This record gives sequence, structure tokens and C-alpha cells, in this order.
Amino acid sequence: MTQQNTISFLAQRWMALVAGVLALMLAGCASGPTAVPHDPLEPLNRGIYGFNEKVDAMVLKPVATVYRDVTPDPVRTGVHNFFSNLKDLWSSINAVAQLRPQEAVENFMRFNVNTVFGLGGLLDLASEMNIPRTELDFGQTLGRWGVPAGPYLVLPLFGPSSGRDLLGTSIEAKGDLTQGLDSVSQRNALQALRAVEKRANLLRATDLLGDISLDPYSFTRDVYLQRRQSQIQDLIDQGIGLPERAAHTDTETNN
Amino acid sequence: MQRRHLLKLLPLCAAATPWMAWANDEAPDALVKRVSTDVLNTFKADPSLANDMGRIMGIVDSKLMPHVNFNRMTASAVGRHWRQATPEQQAQLQEGFKALLVRTYSGALTEVKNLTVVFKPLRAQATDTEVVVRSEVRGRGEPIQLDYRLEKTPQGWKIYDLNVLGVWLVETYRGQFAQEITAKGIDGLITTLRNRSAGRPG
Repeated sequence: MTQQNTISFLAQRWMALVAGVLALMLAGCASGPTAVPHDPLEPLNRGIYGFNEKVDAMVLKPVATVYRDVTPDPVRTGVHNFFSNLKDLWSSINAVAQLRPQEAVENFMRFNVNTVFGLGGLLDLASEMNIPRTELDFGQTLGRWGVPAGPYLVLPLFGPSSGRDLLGTSIEAKGDLTQGLDSVSQRNALQALRAVEKRANLLRATDLLGDISLDPYSFTRDVYLQRRQSQIQDLIDQGIGLPERAAHTDTETNN
Repeated sequence: MQRRHLLKLLPLCAAATPWMAWANDEAPDALVKRVSTDVLNTFKADPSLANDMGRIMGIVDSKLMPHVNFNRMTASAVGRHWRQATPEQQAQLQEGFKALLVRTYSGALTEVKNLTVVFKPLRAQATDTEVVVRSEVRGRGEPIQLDYRLEKTPQGWKIYDLNVLGVWLVETYRGQFAQEITAKGIDGLITTLRNRSAGRPG
């Protein structure tokens, strides 16, 4: 089998596994006239979404708010730069996997410059030098190679995802540089900091979500799915990438 | 004598007609560029605006909204139920959706500082009546994709859809509205939109 067929084959098997496990949770399956075709697990997802909202309201949002209000800006910038730097390395690897040499080189240069000259990533010198950043994750890489998105999933604590993106983040977790730390408490502290930092960046956006959506769950879902689809569509438009097996149909109709 | 009077009138005519012709003949990407630059410059000139939602909404309302075709946007977002709505309901839906959109767009503007907008070349034939104008908002971090769908009308080009970060607004709200209409009917949707723009939970 060619490389891309192998990847697709394995991913298809994964998708079948995910679908099978989730299909067992029949209570979570949606049916009837209100069912949305790309969200077959809507009742289950809504339940997890509700759970995430509660945890967020009780724990993550207050901590992130304190973090945002108390931490001096240079420290916040440093923390943000540090984690962005780790992501840049990962983006570079994904760019290679997506056969995009320009983005691969750019992101790798970013990582090098910031790690070596930027105190291990605390300073973002690469942006000062106008080296472009393109955020690429493994879910996009899978999509680029034609892996279908699979059902929409809301993951406990992690939020919106899909069959394909869950596979992506699982593999990324294995390659995470924080795994290189020996002490478990250090690793946990770093991952907690990353979660808090990310949440703090999204505080304004999530406040806005309540204002502009009629139903935050489906708004978040539709925005997430559209955004992921458009990222992969961009690649296809540029001539890179394989279209998904389940073609995205344009649902816009003019009345 | 008469000719001199005529000649004096000429500058007035000259001043008037380009303005009117301009409104009809301005290219879609030039229109979007002019309007969005105007809105952005207003923000840059007054940093205190960033946290004042009321004033932001006023600016967006007066500078951007005249170039938007609400009727088409609302009809498209409401979908097949639009034909079932009475003209009065249609008007109310339009008002409610407009308030929601102004809030959405203004909310996005509060997120960004030190922006520049870069427009990509327009890919359209001269005879096209519907175009997509693509732009990128650049600040710190990754550029934000911002696209507009415009249609040609006798009053000039009008925006009928907006894309932020790869997400088309009308398509997103189509799902939201369909859900609301299924649950509460068209009047329920109108009430929800009205509550939203008043800041009350829908």
C-alpha cells in the first residue's frame, strides 16, 4: 500500500473503533426530526457540554480570571510565548507531514530563534523578525490526507472535537514536549498552567458567546465544524490535499 | 451672460455627479476597503472605544450597516420559514437580526488592537453580480481571515454575508434560527432576538 493509503486505512479503522464504542452508548444517539446529520451523538454531547460548562464556571474560569487579573503582563506574555513556541515546533512537523515545505521551514525557524535566542521560548523574537506562524495540528494533517471528520464530539474538559481531531490530539499528547519532564508534579503543574493560560485568552470570546448565540452548544459546534472544514478546504483550494471522502455539501440556499 | 451663469453651475454639477456615480460604480473590493478602513481608523483614533459596546454599535451601525443588504441576509438565515412569515414578522426578524449582527461584529472589534487589514486581489469577472472580497486582519499572532460576500444592486454593491476565521455568519445563524423556530415558532424567534439585543437572556 502507498503511504497515504496506509494512513487512510489506519485512520478508517480508528474511526470505525471510535464510532463503534460510541454507538454502544445508544442512549446518547439522536434520532427524529430534530436530529442533525453531522452530530449523531447530540444528546450525549450536550450532556458533556453541560458538564464542561459547570466545571468551567466552578473552577477553570475563576482561576483563569484571577490569572488574567493578577499576573503582570510581561509574565503573561512570557508564559504565552513559551507554550506558543512548543506549538510552533509541532506545527513545523505537521507542515512536513502535509507536504508544505514553506510553512515547515518558517515554523521551524520560529522555534529555533525563540528557543536559542529567546530564553527557551519566553521571548517571541521570531514575531519581531516577522517570521510568519501557521498553526497546524495533527487533526488538520489527517484531514489533508482525506480522513473524514467523523462524528462531532464534545470531550470532557477539552471541549469541541471530532473523531478525526480526537485521534489528532491523542497522538499529539504523546509527542508533547512536556512529557520530557521527569517529575510528575512538574508535568502536571505545566499542563495546568497551559490550560489556565489558554482559558484566560478565551475569556472575552466566551463572554461574547453568550451574547451572540441563541444556543451556545450548537453555535460552538457549528462554528467549530465550519472552521475545521475551511482550514482543510483552504489546502484543497491551494492544490494541496485530498478532499474528504464524505464531501462537504454547500447547504446555502437562496430563498 | 447666460453662458457665464452656466459655467458657474458647472462646478456644482461636477461636485454632485461623481458622488452619485461613485455610489453606483464603486468596485466591491474598493467599497469594502474604504468602509472597513474607515471603521478601523475610527477605532484606532479613539482607544477608549474598545470597551464601550454602546458606542461601538453606534459606529458600526452608521458606517457599515448602510452597505449591507439585510433583507437578503435575514431571509437567507431564516431559510424556508421566511415565506411563511408575515411582512410584519419579516420586518421584526430583520430588526432583531441586525441588532444581533451589530453586536457580533462589534464584539469582534473589541478583541483586537494594532490592526492592519490587507485585501487580497479580487477574483471576479467584470460581469459578475456576486463576488467574494477576501481580506486578512493582521495584528499580533496569526492573521484573521475576514471575507465578505457582495451582490450588485442598483444602489451599489451590498454585503450579504460575512466570514470570520472560515465561518460564514449566515450559515451559522441558519442553524441557530432553525432550532429556535422549531422549538418556539417564528414569534418565539422574534422574541428571543429582541431579548438578546436588550441584553436579557433569550
